[in-house]
Amino acid sequence: MDLKSYKTSADIYDELLTTQKRARPGMGQLVNFLKRSSLRELNERRRNAELAITTLGISFTVYSEGDNIDREWPFDIIPRVIRQREWERIQQGLTQRLTALNLFINDVYNDGKIIKDKKVPTDLLRSSRNFRKECIGMQPVLGVWAHICGTDLIRDADGTVYVLEDNLRVPSGVSYMLENRNISKRVLPELFEEYHILPMDDYPTQLFDTLSSISPRPKDFPEVVVLTPGIYNSAYFEHSFLAQRMGAELVEGQDLVVGDDDCVYMKTVEGLSRVDVIYRRIDDLFLDPEVFNKDSVLGVPGLMRAWKKGNVALANAPGAGVADDKVVYTYVPEMIRYYLGEDPILPNVPSYMCSDKTQLDHVLKNIENLVVKPANESGGYGMYIGPRESKRRTAEMKRLLKANPRNYIAQPIISLSTVPTLCDNNIEPRHVDLRPFILQGDRSFVTAGGLTRVALVRGSLVVNSSQGGGSKDTWIVADTPGGDS
Amino acid sequence: MLARVGERMYWFGRYVERAENMARLISVNTNLVLDLPKVKHIWGSMIDITGSPSEFNQRYQRVDERNVIKFLLEDDNASLSAAVRRARENARTTREIIPAEAFERVNELHLYVKKNVDKALRREGRHRFLADVMNLCHQLTGLLAGNMSGDTAYNFIKIGRNLERADMTTRILDVGCLHLMQPDTVVAEYENILWMNVLRSLTAYQMYRQHVHDRVNGEDVVDFLLRDMKFPRAVGHCLGEVYECCAQLPRQDATVRAISHAQRVIAGCDVAALLNSAKLHEFIDDVQLDLAEIHRSVRDTWFGAQVVVEQEQTQA
Repeated sequence: MDLKSYKTSADIYDELLTTQKRARPGMGQLVNFLKRSSLRELNERRRNAELAITTLGISFTVYSEGDNIDREWPFDIIPRVIRQREWERIQQGLTQRLTALNLFINDVYNDGKIIKDKKVPTDLLRSSRNFRKECIGMQPVLGVWAHICGTDLIRDADGTVYVLEDNLRVPSGVSYMLENRNISKRVLPELFEEYHILPMDDYPTQLFDTLSSISPRPKDFPEVVVLTPGIYNSAYFEHSFLAQRMGAELVEGQDLVVGDDDCVYMKTVEGLSRVDVIYRRIDDLFLDPEVFNKDSVLGVPGLMRAWKKGNVALANAPGAGVADDKVVYTYVPEMIRYYLGEDPILPNVPSYMCSDKTQLDHVLKNIENLVVKPANESGGYGMYIGPRESKRRTAEMKRLLKANPRNYIAQPIISLSTVPTLCDNNIEPRHVDLRPFILQGDRSFVTAGGLTRVALVRGSLVVNSSQGGGSKDTWIVADTPGGDS
Repeated sequence: MLARVGERMYWFGRYVERAENMARLISVNTNLVLDLPKVKHIWGSMIDITGSPSEFNQRYQRVDERNVIKFLLEDDNASLSAAVRRARENARTTREIIPAEAFERVNELHLYVKKNVDKALRREGRHRFLADVMNLCHQLTGLLAGNMSGDTAYNFIKIGRNLERADMTTRILDVGCLHLMQPDTVVAEYENILWMNVLRSLTAYQMYRQHVHDRVNGEDVVDFLLRDMKFPRAVGHCLGEVYECCAQLPRQDATVRAISHAQRVIAGCDVAALLNSAKLHEFIDDVQLDLAEIHRSVRDTWFGAQVVVEQEQTQA
């Protein structure tokens, strides 16, 4: 393929080529590979990838499509390459961040020191939709609340990596990250010889170890289960995948029961069997109809009681989502300084808090050049992207902002970096983000890479798979001595 | 193994078997109509076999071929389509347990039935459709036998399959009895054809001929289908299979007792006397109660309090 028509520009960072069309450090092998492959060969590899996806049954579910709810996973075969040297710094930054976030969550449900010391405003928590008063005074094992975190990273025009958001409730995507690697091993085996790519398939083992480390009955084989809302959930494939890889039971709420002794049991053909750790993939409000949503049939009556008594561990802990709020997000650098006495390694995207009058005025005045996000939504829903919206939607957004400023934050538009992507008849740059997964139990762990999501439509910044995004395998490549990387 | 997963395996086994039995039943009766054009009650008896006359009467005024076939193929609850749909649903929610190809097959079966079921409403397309359904069911059963370890999951599938099979065999025998008890409907000269038909609907004709050397007669047919230990669709054989599977499961005492009881009842009966005193129908009723008791025991012992409402409704 000829890369001459591959467009780069000064205001977007392309991860493959510089604006002078030179390969960036570490990209030499990939550039050579693309140059020596014909379109026919690449399409052949793409077909192989599609075949692998079908036979491996890798699917994701889209809500409300009636009968045909399972869709095949959209995958682009050209990998995204990141150098190990850069990755190590990102890993440290992610570990630092999750450590501080866990200290913050534990603090706000217990002593509230950070509020007393006036580092965050008092009403910040009261107005957070994910603050759970039922969790006040709770001390989970190891003081950790968010054991599994998916943090979204983006790269701005100058190449700086920013944290866009932390997902501390039930982050998903890790199974696709692992399956993407399986597929690229099948379709690009020769590139694995040219690069030294860090393996990532130990994630299920690491997850199992993390979950085991918070068991209330420390022993060799704690009973770990994955709690799913069921087959109609969009991430069911992943729930089933992780349960299988960890050798854990995949349970639904109806399979669990809380006994008179306030312990959790699962109903097996042998009878009731005690459960130690629940990796729950259902939201807080559906966990326990006795405490939260009374109509929930997904949860387990009495589960919160069992958790508060320390008879079962929940990952992530209920209430951990308090730090998942986009307003709380703006204080994470402050938390890192406050709890750890360190400077943040990874910067936040600069954000305007609409609850502050001056900042709100600035946002309203410059709204056409900003992105406005609801504080508590995920999946890209309800997002307003200034330069692309109609006058009517802009007026509507302004009205919403004035009515409920606490519900929104605004950020300057970050022109997400681009990577080469196999499009209809060419290789073109497409915007990407990255979601690595961070674990914290008795140790911390960061995946070698993460799930790269790519906006398949030219110029689009929306990478969510529910809204037409695709994905790529992400390679963290070791610096080989003497090589050009 | 989770109780819910065990339960879904059991119903998966039952519904695949039910789909095949429905196909077989419709197929044989369609042939019988060609042999006995003057017998009026054939279509109604098929509704009796499936145990759903009240559902049928709610939806249809007339008991005729078109309505009965439509009901048996397409009804939301009691039909072949419903059985296939539920088999697929049970497989879909236990995909990590059954072999990957098994789900693909049952999915294929589901899609095939959905696409082609209306072709079977008319006689000319019916044979092909039903033969295809039976073939796909056989493929599925063979695939499970060939690819699945004989573990707890497979045991539950086999328990479901054999209870369903035993149940269907007793229902077909029962309908044979009903006809015999109404001398005005079946003339003596057709008796032979009726019993042959009973055997055919269970694919038992060939095996019967190989193992029973007398001509086809009521006493021998009933004896063969109730008590034979080697023919896969004979009630005696099915109970033997259920017994073997249950004996490998934990806490099996009550269920094994229920099975033994049913086995003793069947072994001890005097078929000739039952036929002569027209008491066979009552006896078969008792056997069906015994089968229902085994089902209840399986459910209560291993599936806990998990009652899947929709599925319970279709248990006779």
